Amino acid sequence: MSEQITREPPASAAKWYELFSRGARDWLRHDAKVREAVRRHLPELVSGGELIGGGARTVRVPVKLLEHYHFRLRRAEERQGVGQGQVKPGDVFVDPTQGGAPGGKGPGGEEEGEVQLLLELKIDDIVEWLWEEMQLPNLVPRAGPSQESEWVREGWDRRGARSRLDRRRSFKELVKRRGAPGALPTFTDEDLRFRQLARRRRPAVRAVVFFLLDVSGSMSERDRQLAKTFFFWTVQGLRRQYRMLETVFVAHTTDAWEFTEPEFFQVSGTGGTVASSGLNKVSEIIRERFEAEQYNVYLFYATDGDNAASDASAAREALAALAAEACFCGYVEVAAGLSRHLETETGRLFAELASAGAPVESCVLAEFDDVWGAIRRFFTAQQRAAEGA
Amino acid sequence: MSAGDWQSYIPRIEQLARGLGLEFHPVEFEAVPDTFMMEIAVYGLPVRMPHWSFGVRYIYQLIQRHMGHSRLFEVVFPGNPGHAYLAAGNGLAENILVTAHVLGHADFSRNNLLFQRCQRQVSERIVEHAAQHARQIQQAIETHGLERVEAVLDAALALEQHIDVDQPLRRLRFPEYAEPPKALADDEFRRRFAALEPATAGAAIAPRQRAPLPPHPERDLLWFVAQYAPEMESWERDIFLAVREESFYFYPVFATQIMNEGWASYWHARLLREADFIAQQAYLDAIKCHSDVVRPVAADQEVTLSLNPYHLGFALWERIVADEGLEAAFAIRAQDDDFAFIRNHLTRELAAELGLFRYRARDGKIRVLEQDVDALHEAILAPKYNFGAPTVLVRRVHTDGTLELAHDHALDRRGLDLERSRKVLEYLQRVWRRPVRLGTVDQDGAELEIAAP
Repeated sequence: MSEQITREPPASAAKWYELFSRGARDWLRHDAKVREAVRRHLPELVSGGELIGGGARTVRVPVKLLEHYHFRLRRAEERQGVGQGQVKPGDVFVDPTQGGAPGGKGPGGEEEGEVQLLLELKIDDIVEWLWEEMQLPNLVPRAGPSQESEWVREGWDRRGARSRLDRRRSFKELVKRRGAPGALPTFTDEDLRFRQLARRRRPAVRAVVFFLLDVSGSMSERDRQLAKTFFFWTVQGLRRQYRMLETVFVAHTTDAWEFTEPEFFQVSGTGGTVASSGLNKVSEIIRERFEAEQYNVYLFYATDGDNAASDASAAREALAALAAEACFCGYVEVAAGLSRHLETETGRLFAELASAGAPVESCVLAEFDDVWGAIRRFFTAQQRAAEGA
Repeated sequence: MSAGDWQSYIPRIEQLARGLGLEFHPVEFEAVPDTFMMEIAVYGLPVRMPHWSFGVRYIYQLIQRHMGHSRLFEVVFPGNPGHAYLAAGNGLAENILVTAHVLGHADFSRNNLLFQRCQRQVSERIVEHAAQHARQIQQAIETHGLERVEAVLDAALALEQHIDVDQPLRRLRFPEYAEPPKALADDEFRRRFAALEPATAGAAIAPRQRAPLPPHPERDLLWFVAQYAPEMESWERDIFLAVREESFYFYPVFATQIMNEGWASYWHARLLREADFIAQQAYLDAIKCHSDVVRPVAADQEVTLSLNPYHLGFALWERIVADEGLEAAFAIRAQDDDFAFIRNHLTRELAAELGLFRYRARDGKIRVLEQDVDALHEAILAPKYNFGAPTVLVRRVHTDGTLELAHDHALDRRGLDLERSRKVLEYLQRVWRRPVRLGTVDQDGAELEIAAP
C-alpha cells in the first residue's frame, strides 16, 4: 500500500473526471424518468395505427425534455428589456425571439429552445408494460393431451460425459474425503460428480393464432386500419406468452386466401362477403398444418358484420366446428362511426355460440381508443373460458 | 510554442498584478478537458449532488456547444486557495489572458464585501463542502433509495433561489413563545386604578402565549421547511440545508455578475497591456480574444436585445478608473454589488455612448422606448431581484400543519405561472407531508389560491 502512495502517478494517469461523467449520469436518469412517464401514458400513445408494420422491434416516440419546475411569474403580454445598438426611441422592429429564430434568447432567459428527444422503446418492453399497466391476465394454455418434452438437469451421478462434469460439486467431494485420515490428497475418480439430465414432459406451449379479416368492399380503409391495430397488439400480447407462436393471416371476400404478415396488412378487396369461406379456410389450414392437440388455437375475426344472407347456415356450421377446436374465438366488429352494436348477421352468430357456452367473445371497435378496451375484454374472457373449461 | 507554456507565465502575471494593487489568495490552476468544463458550467461546482435536472441542463449545454454558441475558457472558484479550471483546448494566448482574468476574479472575491460576508457563512472551502454534500446524498440514496432522495431534491432544488442572505447560514429557530406584554408603568394612576378593582389587577398573570409561526412573513423557504416541516426526517432536512448552503455560495456570484466579470475583464486587459514579458504575437492573439469576449453584439448583428455583462462591466470600470482613479475603483469593488454599481455609475452619458436602450416587446414587435436613465437602471436590474425568483413568503403554518405561502404580487407586479407553481407545490407537499397552499393573483389581478393536494 505505502508503495502505491509514495509512487508518483504516471504522467498519463487519467483524472477521475475523464473516467466518469456526472452530466451523462444525470442525463441517463432524466431519460429513465422520461421513459417512466411515457410508460404511464402508453395506452394513449400506442393506440394509433402508426406504430405497426415494417416488422421493426422498436418504436420511436418523440418526447419533450422534462422540466424541473420553479416558481415563475406568469408570462406577461409585454416584456421590457435592455438592448444595445444604434437605434432611436420609437423605432420598431420584429422580435427575433418570436417565430423560432435560433440564438435569440429573451433577457429573462426563460424560454429555452424546444428540444425533442426521440425515445426508442422496444416493442417487447411496451407489451410488458401494457400488460402490467392494464393488469391484463396471462393466457391460460389449454391443458390437454398435447405435450412436449425437453431435457432438464436433474441430480448428479459418478459417471457421465466429460462435458457435464460439475467442478464445484466434485471439489466439495474431494474436500470431504480428504478430511479422513490417510486419504489421498489429489482427485480420484471417486470424487467426480456429473450432472444428469432427465426427460420432462410438459403441456404444449405452442400456439397458433388465426387472424381472419374481411376485406370486402364494405370495409373502409379506416376499418382495416382499426382491425390491423387490434391484430398487431393481440399478436404482441400472445407472443409474450408463448415461446413458439405461429400466426396465420387469412383475408376473405367471397373467397379466402392466406397471406404473409406484411402482405396481409396491405390487402384490400372488393365484392361481397361470405363468412363461411374464411372460416372454412381456417379449418382447412388447421387440419393441414396444426394438429389440434399439439397447438392452442386462437381465432380473431374482424369484419363489419355484414354477411350474405344465403351464407347464414354454412357460416353457423363452420363457426361451430371451429369453436369446438379452438381455445378461444374473438369476434371484432369494426364499425367506424356506426352504432349497430353487434346487431349484424355475423354478430348474431357469435352471440348464439356464446350463449351455448363456447369460449367466444365479441366486441365493437369504433375508435382507436377502443382497441385497448377490446384487448382487455378478450384476454379477460379468454381467462374465464379457460378456467371454466 | 505549445499551450502548456502558459504555466510559466503564471508567477510573472501574479507578480505584476500584486504590483498594481490586486490582493488575492493563492490560486491553483488546472487545465481540464472541455467535457469537464462543460460539467462545471452545468453544475456550477466541480463536484455537486446528482439530480436529473442537471441532466437536462447538460443536454442543452451539449446542444449549445454543438451549435458553436458557447465557448468556455475558464471557471474560477473563490476560496483560499482558489481553484481555476482552464479548458485544455485553450491556446497559449487564451491561457495568458485567462490567467490574468482569473486573478481579477480572485481579487474581487477576496475583497468584495458581499462575497466576504457569504464566504464567512459557507467558509472558504465551498468546493470541498459541495463534494461532501454530493457524497452525503449518495449515501442517502444507498440507504433510502433513489426515489425518496429524488423527491427531496426535487423540492429543495426547486426552491434553491428562495433563501435570505441577510440571515446567518446557521440560523436559530424562532422563539416559541410570544414576548410577554410590557409591564405597565407603575405610576400613581395605575395604583389608584388597581385599588378600584382588585380582580382586574390579578388577571395580569396570564399563561404564556405561543408565538404565531412564522412571527413575520418568512422568505427563507429552504430554511423554514428544514426547520418546521412537521414530519420530515433528519436526513431530508440535511438535504434542504445542503442545497441552502450552496445557494449562499451562489448568491454573490449572481448578484455581482456585471461588476465581477467587468472587473476581471478590466484587469486582464490592463495586465496584458503592462506585461512586457509577453511575446508580440501572443499579445496580439490575446487582445483579439479579449475583444471577442467584451464585444457588445455578435459579429453579424448591429443591435442586440440582451446585454453582455462582460462588455457592460468592462465599460463601466474603464470609465470609473479614468474619471475617479484606481483607489476609488478599489473602494467600489469592495463595497458595491450590481444594484449599487449600475445605479451609481451608469450615467446618462455613458449609457448614450454605449448605445444602451430600453425596449418593450409586445405581439412580436419590439418598440424602443424613450431614454430615461433611472428606468434603464431598473430594467437592467429587474431580472436580478430576489435571486431572480418571484417573492414567495411563508405566511402561516396552521394548527393542522397546513403550510400557507403567499406570493407578493404587488412587488412582482403580476401573478405566478399557475401550472409551474402547482408543480412546485406538489414537490413541496411530498416533503412537508401536509397540505400546502399558495396565494397569488390571476391575469386580471383577482386573488386566487392554489393548493396541493
